[in-house]
Amino acid sequence: MPQVTLTVNGKSHTVEVEGRTLLVELLREKLGLTGTHVGCDTSQCGACTVHLNGTSVKSCTTLALQADGGVVTTIEGLAAADGTLHPMQEAFREHHALQCGFCTPGMVMSAVDLVNSNPQGLSESDIRHGLEGNLCRCTGYHNIVKAVAAAWPVMHGKETVAAE
Amino acid sequence: MNAIFEGIGASVRRKEDLRFLSGRGHYTDDMNRPGQTHCVLKRSDRPHAIITSIDTSAARAAPGVVAVFTHADLDADGVGGVPCGWQIHSKDGSPMVEPGHPVLATGRVRHVGDPVVAVIAETRQQARNAAELLVIDYQDLPAVAHIADAIAPGAALVQEAAAGNTCFDWHIGDKDLVDAAFARATHRVKLDLTNNRLVPNAMEPRAAIGDYDAMSGDYTLITTSQNPHVIRLLMGAFVLHIPEHRLRVLAPDVGGGFGSKIYHYAEEAIVTWAAGKLKRPVKWTADRSEAFMSDAHGRDHASTAEMALDAEGNFLALRVATVANLGAYLSTFAPAVPTYLSATLLAGVYKTPAIYAEVRAIFTNTVPVDAYRGAGRPESTFLLERLLDTIAHDTGIDRIELRRRNFIPTDAFPYQTPVALQYDSGDYVSTLNAALKAADWDGFAARRAEAKARGKLRGIGVSTYVEACGIAPSKLVGALGARAALYEVAQIRVHPTGSVTVFTGTHSHGQGHETTFAQLVASQLGVPFENVDIVHGDTNKIPFGMGTYGSRSLAVGGTAMVKAMDKIIAKGKKIAAHLLEASVDDIEFANGNFTVAGTDRAKSFGEIALTAYVPHNYPIEDIEPGLEETAFYDPANFTFPGGCHVCEVEVDPETGVTTVVNFTAVDDVGRVINPMIVEGQIQGGVAQGIGQALLENAVYDEQGQLVSGSFMDYTMPRADNLPNISVGTETTLCTHNALGVKGCGEVGAIGSPPAVINAVVDALKDYGVRHVNMPATSQKLWQIIQDSSAQPAVANLSSN
Repeated sequence: MPQVTLTVNGKSHTVEVEGRTLLVELLREKLGLTGTHVGCDTSQCGACTVHLNGTSVKSCTTLALQADGGVVTTIEGLAAADGTLHPMQEAFREHHALQCGFCTPGMVMSAVDLVNSNPQGLSESDIRHGLEGNLCRCTGYHNIVKAVAAAWPVMHGKETVAAE
Repeated sequence: MNAIFEGIGASVRRKEDLRFLSGRGHYTDDMNRPGQTHCVLKRSDRPHAIITSIDTSAARAAPGVVAVFTHADLDADGVGGVPCGWQIHSKDGSPMVEPGHPVLATGRVRHVGDPVVAVIAETRQQARNAAELLVIDYQDLPAVAHIADAIAPGAALVQEAAAGNTCFDWHIGDKDLVDAAFARATHRVKLDLTNNRLVPNAMEPRAAIGDYDAMSGDYTLITTSQNPHVIRLLMGAFVLHIPEHRLRVLAPDVGGGFGSKIYHYAEEAIVTWAAGKLKRPVKWTADRSEAFMSDAHGRDHASTAEMALDAEGNFLALRVATVANLGAYLSTFAPAVPTYLSATLLAGVYKTPAIYAEVRAIFTNTVPVDAYRGAGRPESTFLLERLLDTIAHDTGIDRIELRRRNFIPTDAFPYQTPVALQYDSGDYVSTLNAALKAADWDGFAARRAEAKARGKLRGIGVSTYVEACGIAPSKLVGALGARAALYEVAQIRVHPTGSVTVFTGTHSHGQGHETTFAQLVASQLGVPFENVDIVHGDTNKIPFGMGTYGSRSLAVGGTAMVKAMDKIIAKGKKIAAHLLEASVDDIEFANGNFTVAGTDRAKSFGEIALTAYVPHNYPIEDIEPGLEETAFYDPANFTFPGGCHVCEVEVDPETGVTTVVNFTAVDDVGRVINPMIVEGQIQGGVAQGIGQALLENAVYDEQGQLVSGSFMDYTMPRADNLPNISVGTETTLCTHNALGVKGCGEVGAIGSPPAVINAVVDALKDYGVRHVNMPATSQKLWQIIQDSSAQPAVANLSSN
């Protein structure tokens, strides 16, 4: 069986996989990182979104072999080592941008990449279009959009998360 | 009843968020048990067929396969069918036709997705590979998927016992009174409409793990359920015949439900039974494609509604005939949805003096249909609020004036409707006024003109609604056919140092109960919020409970907590009286202190708790030590949240695409414990309502194949399909529960669909459009506009 070596949340792993093993299967089943969820089988819902080499990918449509030599960050690796939440996690909490929590890890990982990739700023419409690859059935997105807008200045060093 | 509720009304940030935000939630599929096997179900790809043979030999021989089971294996163990929890009687008094619902298909498959064979292997992939090797021979039968086909003369029968595919033919109200009113009416307005079939699509697919301890004989089921005790009761008593002390059902973190995780599903019975058979844990997790063809669907009604009015536009009588598609088998609550959860709401917020409704429920070769967010109430609300706008269209009476003229007056509560329900409180004028103001209804004409200059068709729509929730007064629902009472249970354990664990029979799968309930208990007992933990979802920890649906958790479950806390405080007063050497009658409890009235002599809640457990000085002859109380609460009535939703849309005549540009909801949900959570619940409900109105549709083709069977084909609302959703509240208190709460989980999905469609019809009014069925897709609207351009002022484009 082929092997992949990859760094996940700062830790190096070498794992035997089948050629068809998906990155999400490697994360959930081999590494026990169950924060990354599977919500569909057509790459539509985004619950499985992680960062591969700094960019968000849907880990249900990425083969584990494609991640060989790569650096992966999952929701478990987003907060600081001392447990301090990432500004996006903090903004989601502050703005009630999650209810059942199932889409949340993928939504947060997508949102972090969206904000990182847009240092020039994000309008409400930019945020809505930027998150259209992630489904949420609970919130109606209203508070997710608010949270992402609130996290942008913090992530770009403009200000701290503002309470309402 | 202690009447202190300080701290209530604050938007406390949620306790549950830290684990969800850091990827440390525990959903069923995140869990694995030592020695676990994996189950994959081979499902029917035929809508309707006789199973002529099943050859499992190749699958059994495949690598990693542990077992392959068919109905014959279940039959040999006496496994029962999946039961239905509600019995409806037809007009003639006969009980509904209640066909068996086998756990694995027996002799015949009746819908695409009907489970036929369970393959269990060491890994999920091995089970999948083996399932591909099964050879099942079918003899196809004619199938019916749509209401019109199923009720046509000579239609193929889905269930042999159900002639004409009819499950029941039920009615409510006074037909003679309605007929007489129609005979003398000035206006009669009639509308045919459908309520589109939906797939609930909670983001977490269903999953279940069965386990069996051969030493003790104990079974464990971990499942994605909104009501673990109900699953234990139904599966233990009716399907697997496991006594309840030998069956533990856990519903851990559950990723959304919206009704679809209420029901007892075959897969739960399969993994539990198989675990006992194999003496190993068995896990099953649905693919999304599997969820589409096995989760209970929602809605799917076709109705004719007629209103009789006098010359001034006062409603005289309402007549409704509905056909409800229940799918191939009866799901747990299915018969109640079109009847007691829908037709009883046909008065709506109006003082219609006479109402008569008939409901014919039918079987089709489709996935079973059951309660989905709102359950019956969105259907009746859509019917009424579309009928209201159609009356305005046909008679020329202003649609707002028509509503005001017919509202149940604010001083008329309690108000007895002609269709069984008695509303305890409400103020429909206030919610209407507040919503019209917030939405700037009066400024719409200018916005319409501005949009027209940009080539866009702008429309505005309103809906005013009431719903019944807080399920349910047990005696009443028992008389209406519920096979179980619907009490709720709370157990409150005060620990020696004064921290508190609350065990609730309700279940949180996104609603934030761990926060709202902790706020309630902390404020009532005067203890810090951080010192209150809420436990739900485990039948071994919680005495009993009926779970979460019908916006019942706070109104019924929260009131049970208040009852239990009243007992705690009453006992605490006795202990305090002893310590303070005062009469019990002189002890007052407020802000976490037991005080002798009129003095500064007091004992804190913590001191009383410690005394209750490890006392040296205790009235042991009079009261037992310990500080833990349990309460069952049976509501005296349903609760009746209501309100007004206003939607503003722009339709692009070039493409037919509808954009929701403004959405305003003003709801009366009774007392609000956590405004942030209530707002979030309403926004989420509105999003599902907009989804139903514009995007979502479960489509079967003529042969009974599910065409919209994945997220590629079924349009889920995405961030860029939805607007910001403005939420306001106007409060009248529920008069029959201690908290005055009404419930907020479903109002968004109930009030919004007609507001959206009323706005779409308004946008298209220059094209002579009288009605548009849901979903108002771009293709449908584009076609209407095209047809209308060729034939200006077409009178009625209500057909699909």
